[in-house]
This record gives sequence, C-alpha cells and structure tokens, in this order.
Amino acid sequence: MYHALLFFHVLSAFFLAAGIVIYSSFALGGPVNRTTRLIAEILWGVGGLGTLVFGIWLALNRPEYEIYDGWIIAALVLWFLATGSGARASRGMRPVGDDSALAIDRRTAIAHWMRVFWFLALLVVMVWKPGA
Amino acid sequence: MSAIALIRPHDWTIPLLVHIFGAMLLVGALTLAAVSLIAAWRSGSARLIRLAYMSLFYGALPGYIVFRVGAEWIASKEHLSDSNLAWIGIGYGVSDVGFLLLIISLVAGGISVRRMNRGGEPSQIAARIVTGLVSLVLVAYLVAVWAMTTKPT
Repeated sequence: MYHALLFFHVLSAFFLAAGIVIYSSFALGGPVNRTTRLIAEILWGVGGLGTLVFGIWLALNRPEYEIYDGWIIAALVLWFLATGSGARASRGMRPVGDDSALAIDRRTAIAHWMRVFWFLALLVVMVWKPGA
Repeated sequence: MSAIALIRPHDWTIPLLVHIFGAMLLVGALTLAAVSLIAAWRSGSARLIRLAYMSLFYGALPGYIVFRVGAEWIASKEHLSDSNLAWIGIGYGVSDVGFLLLIISLVAGGISVRRMNRGGEPSQIAARIVTGLVSLVLVAYLVAVWAMTTKPT
C-alpha cells in the first residue's frame, strides 16, 4: 500500500512540474495554443489534487508520520500558496487563437513566478523533511 | 527499504534534491515538447514545432545532465553505484536509452530548426518522428518513476 501511495504521490508531483514548465513557456513568450493550455491546466489540476490526496493518505498510512508534523503542515501551507498563485496566473494566460505569444500583464507574471517559487519550496520541504 | 526511504540521513538531501529537480525539469520539458508537437500534428504550426525543439534543447538536455549528476551523487552516497538491485538497473537502463533517444530527437530537431531559420518550412516527417520518440521516452520515464518509488528487488 505504501509503495502504491508513494508512486501516485510522486507521479502527481511530476504532473505539477510538467504543468509548471508548460506555463513557464507561456510566461517566457512561447506560443500559446488551446490544446497546450488545456493540457497544462489538466496537469496542474490533476497534479495538485493528487499530491494533496495521496500526500495526506501517506501521512495517515505510516506510523512514522503524523498529519500535524511541522514539515507536513509547512508542505500543506506551501501547497495552498502554490495553488492560489497558480489559479491567479492561469486566469491571466488564455490563448488568443492563432498560436501566438500572449501579452501577459505584470500581475499574472508575478503570480506565475510565485507559483514556481512555492512549488520549489514545497519540493525542498518534501525531500528535506525538516524535523522528521 | 521502506524504512530507509522514511528515515533518510539528512546528508542525502542535497543530492536527492538535485536528482529530483533535474528529473522534473527533464520530464516537464519533454512533456512540453510532446504536447506542442501533438498540437502541431494537423496544423503544422511552425511556432509550435520550434517551441518543441527549443524545449528539448534548453529544458530537456540541461534537465538530463542535472538529473544524471544527481543520480550518480546520491548513488555514491548510498553506496549503490555498483549495485545489482533491479530498481537501480531499471533506472540506469531507462536513463541511458532515454538519453540516446533524446540525442536523436535533438539532431532531427536541430536540422529542422536550421531549415526554418533559412526561411523554409519545418519538416513534418521529422516532427512526427520526434513526437514518437519523445512520447516513448516519457512512457519509459513513467516506468523509471515507478521503479524509483516502489523499488522492486
């Protein structure tokens, strides 16, 4: 059970990373297409939900972890910050229909790069597990 | 092995972070390339094809280098460099074959980008071959993620 949960948790994190890379290409001036935008949104959504659900399940499944451990609470806070920034960034990145680059406003760009920052911080906390 | 994964020495943190960060950049860049090429399959959009090749060169290649350096670093920390464990074998096997397919994709992409830079149309045949190769590599990395997390012996 532990290995299956860990696999789906890590796989979800890879979905999140793939979504972030695609959104970063939009933020850096790459072409935005309806299909690529849709897949980025699906990867971000499924990855976000998967990391949360399987992460909490893992914490409940293992006697070594408690849901109120400091690093798990820190990870949950970072997850919510990344999701909040991501929602704001995603709203500002919509395709115009001809595969051209988007004119992204400053707030959307900041929200996107904050999402990247929170995700990297989340990755550090999950690997380091401070206090565990 | 589960207990080792749960109670990991803190001096393994940085090499593991380097390994995972590289793997995420690699998989993310490969996904961007695959998605862009699939989106360009019917339209033949030169912009999307160029984005896919740029993603392979500026994302997947550096990601692979970081991921592989991290892999060697963490393997040496865990004294697993010469291990016969199945999950280590799967990891190295997928990594080596993946690198070969990435290089083939980069060469095909590079020729196509050069053609576009000279004002020509992107090669649709090259784009479709690279779509197949990149998709294959992504499936292989999915197997590698399974092996790294479940650690079959």
